[in-house]
Amino acid sequence: MHLVLFFIFGGLCVAGALNLLLQRHPINSALSLIVVMTSLAVLYLLLGAEFLAAAQVIVYSGAIMVLFTFVIMLLNAGREEKTHGSKAAYIVGFPGAAAILGVLAYIFLKQSGNLGSAKLGEYLVTTSDLSRVLFRDLLLPFEVTSVLILIAILGAVALARKGHE
Amino acid sequence: MNMQLARILPEVILTITGVIIMLAEPLLQKNSSRKPLGWFAVLGTLAALFASMWQLHLPDGTAYFGTVQTDAYSVFFHVLIAGIVLATLLVSLDSIDGSAESVGEFFALICFGAVGMMLMTSAVELLLVFIGLEISSISTYIMACFRRKSAKGPESAIKYFLLGSFATAFFLYGIALIFGATGTTAIAAIGRILTVGQTPLLAVVGLAMILIGIGFKVSAAPFQVWTPDVYEGAPSPVVGLMSTAPKAAAFAVLLRILYVAFPLLHYHWQPLVWWMAVLSMCVGNLGALRQQNVKRMLAYSSIANAGYLLAAFTALSQEGVAAASFYAVTYAAMNVGIFAVVSHAGGFGDRLTLVQDYRGLAYRSPLLGGAMAFFLISLIGIPFTGGFFGKFYVFAAALHSGMVWLTIIGLINSGIACYYYLRLLAAVYSKPVHTDLLDGIPRPTMPLLLALVLTVAATLILGIVPGQVLSLARAGANTLVPYVTTAMK
Repeated sequence: MHLVLFFIFGGLCVAGALNLLLQRHPINSALSLIVVMTSLAVLYLLLGAEFLAAAQVIVYSGAIMVLFTFVIMLLNAGREEKTHGSKAAYIVGFPGAAAILGVLAYIFLKQSGNLGSAKLGEYLVTTSDLSRVLFRDLLLPFEVTSVLILIAILGAVALARKGHE
Repeated sequence: MNMQLARILPEVILTITGVIIMLAEPLLQKNSSRKPLGWFAVLGTLAALFASMWQLHLPDGTAYFGTVQTDAYSVFFHVLIAGIVLATLLVSLDSIDGSAESVGEFFALICFGAVGMMLMTSAVELLLVFIGLEISSISTYIMACFRRKSAKGPESAIKYFLLGSFATAFFLYGIALIFGATGTTAIAAIGRILTVGQTPLLAVVGLAMILIGIGFKVSAAPFQVWTPDVYEGAPSPVVGLMSTAPKAAAFAVLLRILYVAFPLLHYHWQPLVWWMAVLSMCVGNLGALRQQNVKRMLAYSSIANAGYLLAAFTALSQEGVAAASFYAVTYAAMNVGIFAVVSHAGGFGDRLTLVQDYRGLAYRSPLLGGAMAFFLISLIGIPFTGGFFGKFYVFAAALHSGMVWLTIIGLINSGIACYYYLRLLAAVYSKPVHTDLLDGIPRPTMPLLLALVLTVAATLILGIVPGQVLSLARAGANTLVPYVTTAMK
């Protein structure tokens, strides 16, 4: 049962990601991103991370994607113009991506014995486990993230503001 | 004082400085000068510098559940980063003021960026390294875009942003794979786990991904493509900063990761770093030969210098770590210095771009010309300048570890590099042609003079009495030494 669900939503996730790249209209890409995010949430749930799954739906599918679609609609972005793309992407990009995929697949398959396995749906990561890691062991990285967000906001304001003159 | 807080005191000081600048900026009159904010940033950086030095008196140790560690190594790079930021702030006080909007935000961004870089050097937990790397990268992406009126500014910033994010993704994926292989993201714990069991191949792939990510950040070949375009488009004081401080932090992190977490895998990573060093030296120096644009030439020179620094990594000895740390200091002193001259001579809009535009700089302003000549001589690596001892220690360390070919290739490259540095040097001291261009150069102001004195003095001291800085670098390297000695077996 868990395995079936995993394959359905794993496949949906990959299909959504491919569709995201292939679509010409930004709004279609944004909608496929929602598919990706939601199926990821289901995968998290299958691994027992219930809080993370809920947060994924609320934050990504809910807040971020709504903003995305709003921005696209406000900008009234049209279809992308078809370009030939860069030559470098064809010569280096695709073989490179294929090589990385191949290497990783080979290693995961070869090392599957050493790495151990996790049964789907076997145990539950409770919110208290998660918060122990987030607010105790990784307290400093968590707090420093606020500086990261602060400079992102500061930069957006500084770059988007119209000149003084 | 709270021991935990004392371990991140310089970062806390800089964050508070940045926040105060950010909050004070809207309170100032719309057309008033933003210089007081810049001076405040200088003060904050000075305080952070002294706080870092004070940290030397703390016993070595970690804080916040083993995520940050203060030791001689972290303090060494903290002081270096604070020094670079200080010089950059002094240079930008005049060259950015009035010619760009959002000057206040610029000063705040420099402070916040320094927080990220400093955290990288003291972090012993890969997730904290990642967040520090992101803070320093995002602040530099934004600062690279400050020449918005020129088309090249935003273009270079977008390029930098896209490629930089791509590199960060590699770095993060590497961390994830290493976590999958070892079950931890604490750098020392990874080293312990890898010594016990057999080496999982997954950890090697993770390490390769981290090397790619950091390779992009330090513009080492073959990940250097973005460098010339970005350096050409970004404001000169920012280039002086981003070619030194984030790179020093990234090198410090890479040294810590390679020597503490993966000493046993050195037969995997040493050849990779060897090739990166050789490629960077050759691509950088050969690329610089063809350049007419001064900033592009210096960009290629920074690629070559990343190669020299990586050469020290392959030494696998305490001497190598010390040489790399020392080289980071000398390169920072001369590069921040030369970009200080370029920013003042070229102004915010980069009036002087080509090598021939600099013809007669020494006649127009003997001070600027002399300073530029001095930094060029140091970049070539002539004795009595910091550049000489930097290269000397790097190649001595490589040679002592039996890296004969690397040393030979490095020395040939230093020879090639003479050509393009001397071309600029000759231009500076030849009879002026474009007098109208040179007449536009304003008189050097007080903050610029301070920055020049700082960088010239640093380069000179490193070239004449390198002993003290070298012993500090050695003390820093000693904190990585238990791991280094296991790697040598």
